[in-house]
Amino acid sequence: MIPTIPQSRAFKTIYAGYVTLFFIYLAAPLVVVSVFAFNDSLFPSLPWNGFTLDWFIGDGQGETYKGLFHEDGILESIGVSLFVALMVTILCVFVGTCNAFLFERENFPFKNALYVLMLLPLVVPGIILGISILVFSNTVANGVEDLLGWDLEFLRPGLLLVVLGQFSFITTIATLVISARLRKFDRTLEEAAMNLGASKWRAVRTITLPYLRPAMIGAGLIAFLMSFENFNTTLMLVGSDSPLTITMFDRLREGSTPVLNAVSLFLMLVSCGLALINIMLQREKHD
Amino acid sequence: MAPLLIWLLSLIIIPHIDMFILSLQEKVAPRVYETGFSNYAEFFTEPLYWNTFARTALMSILATALTLLIGFPVSYYIAKMVRGRVRMVLFLLCMIPFWVSELVRTFGWMILLRETGVISSFLQYIGLTDGPIEFLYNDVSIMVGLVYTSMLFMVVPLVTTLDSLDNSLVEAGYDLGGSGFRVLRKIVIPHAMPGIVSGCIVVFMLSLGNYLTPVLLGGKDSLWFTEQIYTQFITRFNWEQGSAFGFLLLILSSLIVWAGLKISRQTLSNTMG
Repeated sequence: MIPTIPQSRAFKTIYAGYVTLFFIYLAAPLVVVSVFAFNDSLFPSLPWNGFTLDWFIGDGQGETYKGLFHEDGILESIGVSLFVALMVTILCVFVGTCNAFLFERENFPFKNALYVLMLLPLVVPGIILGISILVFSNTVANGVEDLLGWDLEFLRPGLLLVVLGQFSFITTIATLVISARLRKFDRTLEEAAMNLGASKWRAVRTITLPYLRPAMIGAGLIAFLMSFENFNTTLMLVGSDSPLTITMFDRLREGSTPVLNAVSLFLMLVSCGLALINIMLQREKHD
Repeated sequence: MAPLLIWLLSLIIIPHIDMFILSLQEKVAPRVYETGFSNYAEFFTEPLYWNTFARTALMSILATALTLLIGFPVSYYIAKMVRGRVRMVLFLLCMIPFWVSELVRTFGWMILLRETGVISSFLQYIGLTDGPIEFLYNDVSIMVGLVYTSMLFMVVPLVTTLDSLDNSLVEAGYDLGGSGFRVLRKIVIPHAMPGIVSGCIVVFMLSLGNYLTPVLLGGKDSLWFTEQIYTQFITRFNWEQGSAFGFLLLILSSLIVWAGLKISRQTLSNTMG
């Protein structure tokens, strides 16, 4: 079953056919979503009524449909998503870098136990992370209100909680990505810098951090994307400003129009762009 | 040290403890609570909750098994049968669904499967059926969606472990007279075990905690446990009950992950890190 071992022609054909089918299965939903974004019809389904760009640029006047670039609700939620994703990225990369240094460089009691705890958010279902943070922030808010009489609005469901909820598990991923690169770092470089008279902090800043930069950018991209696409955790914590995924979900339940296809296609293009940047960064690392 | 502790304590540990405490509260009158296990008792006495829970667990296990069965040959193909550029491209193609939002993927399946959808229209067009067929809103469509969503998390670890298998071991198996099936069973699968385990754990967790796929592809009667949690929290505003459900789901998932690790003699740090 490896190329050096002869196999019957039938087996090879069937195997290749199976793999082809598998990739059709992978691609099918994405292809139909993209194609129907250009269908000149009120519903994202057959029959095909001809090609149109209305679902992107139409302004809803006269004969045209109301396209993506004129849907204020969706544009606004894209803005909300961008803001949340940016916050989450900054927090995750910062805490992830600190964690990476901590676990790779330092020795302290309960290191292994803490490491396992650090991995835990990966195996807790997102919806449970969401409700536990919701419950806790509510307890804190109520406690403060009862004790001091302040109504802490920011602890009620809303953007801050969404950011914290996503941050709580994306940090683990950022930590793993950055740790992996820090592990390969040659510490003698840092020691050389300190021999040449640099302080510890200066050595880290001028030698180690630039070395880590590809991993930090990579982790940031992944964090950004995961935050932008997150649904489960966000669903439980969302307040009145809803990120894009929540808005799309509400629209989907009401009944869909090709505007949603247009948004989806737009999302796919952005994700592919980010993925490409990430792959190119990985390449550079090997050179 | 400080960022780690703040993060873990304030966002992971304390919230879960708080959720557990809340799940022990019994509502005896408006704004009056007592501590007790009635929320858990409610779960065990009401067959709807209990059935949903068992159904979610079983469906998730089935989805995991299917993902493994479908994904393994593909991973083997990528890791062993093709080389160089083709292999790079196939591997990247497998990753694409991950980069695209889950919502978009589910939406794609809705367009394909619904009554007026692409597959139904196609079948009418080639004359296999006379009227439109509804493929959506049943268990099969949920399964298709779950397997699709989690495929990547199976394929990547499998490709990685299969890749590290030395070809000469497979050749030796054949030289010693083993059949293709026997080589697979005695050499390839034991070698790929760590990948299989970590893939299965992640896929199981994702299926269990999935909300979008059952709700959108399964319709109103999909009976997924995360849906129950959502209903208790948001629609019925019964947070105590919802916390109890959340905690039960957490226990179930931890138990299964733990069992998976024990059976395969792996540790969490090895599989995830």
